[in-house]
Amino acid sequence: MSSKTGAIDVSYVAQLARLELDEAEKAAMQHDMEAIVEYIDELSELDVSGVEPTAHAVQVTNVERDDVARPGFGRDVMLANAPALIEGELIRVPQVLPGEGMN
Amino acid sequence: MSVMETITIAAAARLLAEKKLTSVELVNRCLSRVDETDGRVGAFLTIDRERVLAAAAESDRRRAAGTALSEFDGVPIGVKACIVAGKESCSCASKLLENVISPYDSTAVARLRRLGFIPFGRLNMDEFAMGSSCENSAFHRTANPWDLNRVPGGSSGGSAAAVAARMVPAALGSDTGGSIRQPAGFCGIVGVKPTYGRVSRYGLVAFASSLDQIGPMTNSVEDAGIVLDAICGRDAADSTSLDVPAGGFADAVRKADVASLKGVRVGLPKEYLEAPGLSPDVKSALGRALEKIRSLGAETVEVSLPHTKYAVAVYYIIATAEASANLARFDGVRYGARKDTGELVSSYFASRGAGFGREVTRRILLGTYVLSSGYYDAYYLRAQKVRTLIRRDFTEAFRQCDVLLTPVTPATAFKFGEKSDPLQMYLSDIFTIALNLSGNCGMSVPYALGGDGMPIGLQVIAPALEEKRLLAFGRVLEANAERESFVPGL
Repeated sequence: MSSKTGAIDVSYVAQLARLELDEAEKAAMQHDMEAIVEYIDELSELDVSGVEPTAHAVQVTNVERDDVARPGFGRDVMLANAPALIEGELIRVPQVLPGEGMN
Repeated sequence: MSVMETITIAAAARLLAEKKLTSVELVNRCLSRVDETDGRVGAFLTIDRERVLAAAAESDRRRAAGTALSEFDGVPIGVKACIVAGKESCSCASKLLENVISPYDSTAVARLRRLGFIPFGRLNMDEFAMGSSCENSAFHRTANPWDLNRVPGGSSGGSAAAVAARMVPAALGSDTGGSIRQPAGFCGIVGVKPTYGRVSRYGLVAFASSLDQIGPMTNSVEDAGIVLDAICGRDAADSTSLDVPAGGFADAVRKADVASLKGVRVGLPKEYLEAPGLSPDVKSALGRALEKIRSLGAETVEVSLPHTKYAVAVYYIIATAEASANLARFDGVRYGARKDTGELVSSYFASRGAGFGREVTRRILLGTYVLSSGYYDAYYLRAQKVRTLIRRDFTEAFRQCDVLLTPVTPATAFKFGEKSDPLQMYLSDIFTIALNLSGNCGMSVPYALGGDGMPIGLQVIAPALEEKRLLAFGRVLEANAERESFVPGL
């Protein structure tokens, strides 16, 4: 693994992460990320051939439960945190498809 | 010394049982202590006073009727803002979730309530638990009760400050890379990171799911055992919670012989003593502690954790990768602050851009980068492999000793703004981070004061699921610490 420093395209990464950044923020993030990536690049000096990756500190196996219906929290409780509602029972979302909307 | 300066859960339970104290009196004392000190400290984000007082009155009625839920019925406990409690804010100290009210209790909070503990307020933290100083809260900073110009540590800085300042007898924190142990060390309290899987994560807003763990932050090791007894155990709502015998932790603390460590082998990782930035004060406190435990009969052995220098890099790859996935759910559609641009996808960008603070943004970007096409193998997969090597280091070390004793942090609490470079901030986690990766349990115990008058904590590390050994050793350390109690002159 060679050093990726300088090759970070912050605009592209922000697109992937769906984050809006202004130019000043992008420049600051570019600077910070390059320093951090340079630091984490030190892992490349280790020989990890033949080493199994660890995803969880404790070995866990898949856990199954019976597929039975259980009561939930209730519609009103869950809708109480919605940013906008339609007639108190549907979540109003920003327009999904281009063209004339319902708004 | 006032009652609030000595109160612990155990002491409160005794006073409640002897009818020398009511829960309403106890809660009112906590509220007055908050009024007296929290304007300067800033530990709490919110406290629903009516609700905690109503819960206290109910507890007193139960006790009078002989139907107390447990000996701890009526004892308040603070809760970090990312551990949800029903009908309370779950802001995680983020603007994005500022107005979100949790519809349910996390399992840890539900289990405390079942014993009559009263969840008391929402405690400040670094936004989404990302930070080591509490400076990343979107709302206000929290000061260290020992010196208001210094940070309380993070990310559970509000929890540590509230417990140290005796606003509450105890609090819950969460620890992903040291977020319980580091602020506990900075504020002179006890903090325990249990074994991964010991405590259910249901209702803990996820930062890095393979590392996060809820744990106690208290003013005594016995209290830490009491809280761990209350919250541990298998939970059907968290498939990673372990189905193993649980409980008996407080008893293990009470049974510890504080005058003898005969037969106990204590390991000292040599790489920790050679770590850059280790202050002479912290090194000297550790040296004095070693002399002390040898005088109690312990055998000390030098051990090696050869991959220590890679732990911070591994952590900041794995934790940010997991965070970038976990925080993808916050889009301002079903809950949270929405910036509506009139179109869905650009609303995601705008809501997330405006809602997340700088450190959270930085970590989401880093996590997205290390997982992105072309970099996954070089960073994420490689980090998971080095994580295996770090786990093996601990397994090897524990062949030669029963517990490890290390510093919690390289130095005492730093001043606000002192670590403005993010990488310097990350490097201060060097001693706490490895055991989240390895899955061991660990704790911070206040041991001495530094030349600057700030508390110095020592970290005890035990193998996975050996919390009884961990806490018993922590109790001996506590009983032999250089001060009888650690109370800031606030």
